[in-house]
Amino acid sequence: MEFLQLTYNGLVLGSILALGAIGVTMIFGVLRFAHFAHGDLMTVGAYVALTFVHWLAWPIWLAALPAIAVTSILAVVLDQLFYRRLRRVAPVILLISSFATALMLRALVQIIWGPDNQVYATGISIPYRIAGLVITPDSLKVLGATALMVVVVHLFLAHTKMGKSMRAMSDNVDLARISGVPVKRVIFWTWVFAGALTAVAGILLGVDTRLIPTMGWNILLPIFAAAILGGVGRPYGAVLGGLIIGLAMNYSVLFMPSAYKLAVAFIIMIAVLILRPQGLLKGISL
Amino acid sequence: MSDNNQPVLDIRAVSGGYGDINILEDVDLKVHAGEVVVIVGPNGAGKSTLMKAAFGLVQVNAGEVLLSGEKITNISPDRLVHKGMSYVPQERNVFPTMSVQENLELGAYIRKDDARAQMDRIFDLFPKLKERRKQAAGLMSGGERQMVAMGRALMIEPTLLMLDEPTAGLAPAYVHQVFDWIRAINDQGVSILMVEQNAKQALRIANRGYVLATGRNRHEDTGERLLADPEIADMFLGGR
Ligand SMILES: Nc1ncnc2c1ncn2[C@@H]1O[C@H](COP(=O)(O)OP(=O)(O)OP(=O)(O)O)[C@@H](O)[C@H]1O
Ligand SMILES: [Mg+2]
Repeated sequence: MEFLQLTYNGLVLGSILALGAIGVTMIFGVLRFAHFAHGDLMTVGAYVALTFVHWLAWPIWLAALPAIAVTSILAVVLDQLFYRRLRRVAPVILLISSFATALMLRALVQIIWGPDNQVYATGISIPYRIAGLVITPDSLKVLGATALMVVVVHLFLAHTKMGKSMRAMSDNVDLARISGVPVKRVIFWTWVFAGALTAVAGILLGVDTRLIPTMGWNILLPIFAAAILGGVGRPYGAVLGGLIIGLAMNYSVLFMPSAYKLAVAFIIMIAVLILRPQGLLKGISL
Repeated sequence: MSDNNQPVLDIRAVSGGYGDINILEDVDLKVHAGEVVVIVGPNGAGKSTLMKAAFGLVQVNAGEVLLSGEKITNISPDRLVHKGMSYVPQERNVFPTMSVQENLELGAYIRKDDARAQMDRIFDLFPKLKERRKQAAGLMSGGERQMVAMGRALMIEPTLLMLDEPTAGLAPAYVHQVFDWIRAINDQGVSILMVEQNAKQALRIANRGYVLATGRNRHEDTGERLLADPEIADMFLGGR
């Protein structure tokens, strides 16, 4: 029974990781850039939604819309302001600048919303019990929203011209360019799209747990582990990677103290980098 | 196109390279409408570099490049595509995780009109691609990948198609086929500039050829005469 519960919890955590990892992997695919501020962008999305939930008493799904908009715009602004100018310099500078951006975003969240724990809805919602499994309404929201987003991502990548252009750039930037794909425009929409996914991931993390300014930063490592495990640049791999990392982190409590959950993600990431750096779905070689 | 003698591609006294050092020195090359022109020469001669210079991928430091009389020196590739120029690089010339059909669709990215008719023509030329259109290009054989690469470049219905070593790494049986395709594409009115290691075979289907060595023009003549020249055969075509 405990195993079943851990599986369920693992899928819920894995869903959140998957959404975060899709964004990370798309940005890496299109820009060849490991975006370390991704977790803190999630945090921003979560807090913007919180504002609409508390001030205007909007339901969370409605509050998600302005949160998505703000996070997408913020992602584009960060790119235009910082990353765009550094793309031609050494990649390590770009990496460091995304670390700096992460710190800035976190500080901003603390200044605006304060350092304390917050939640979207107070009070206890009664969990469903099915076959010994404890299923909270919040966890169902996480699973449902993730399933919806994965379908949206699939439709976008498989059936729209912009989605195909993003995949093409992940595959072969030079060939995309000489085919006449407008590279700058694709980069712009990649930030918009990844920003939207990031906001949803942040909100779902807030729904599943609670909001603190370090929430996104704390989950960045397993998100990167998921993206790498799935194959960098492969959005479907990111979903797979997210679910596997989520499950592994939960199963680990059967063998070791739960404080080591993060270490499990880290170990998987290192093992993948050493043994199969292209990941499960044969992503970009790192 | 009022002047019939105006070349489709006219490379005039071009010097250029990857940085400050010129790989190409004072190179001239012309492709007339309807021609197949082949560039041959030893490894490292600058054949690929010349093609990239024409396509805006390499800095031209002196001289000029004209496309049907219009100056295109150092214009970026994404703009040249709009002018009817297509280029198939020597390596990494397909989108490996994308299906055959998606590769062709990306080739048609800049088209505002319906590209399906052109895709059908490409499927007529390469029936195998139609069979395999849902398959990921990266999972195909070398020869099939070359079909995808050429098909992608043909989607804009180019006036000039540039091919860098289209037979590199292919089995001999396929090499022969590739030259047949190139002739078929040329028969449809597409002018072709290509670099080839299989120099003898390529010169046989070419109207004219250029021999390039250490970044300079060495010889220029019709395919037949280059093939017949014993000195060139000895030095550049691997003997007779
Ligand atoms: N990206 C690059 N940066 C700097 N130098 C380069 C680059 N690519 C090629 N070169 C140099 O330019 C010269 C010409 O190379 P190029 O690739 O044009 O030769 P090639 O005639 O196409 O040879 P091959 O038959 O091997 O394809 C070589 O000396 C090569 O080392
Ligand atoms: Mg070459």
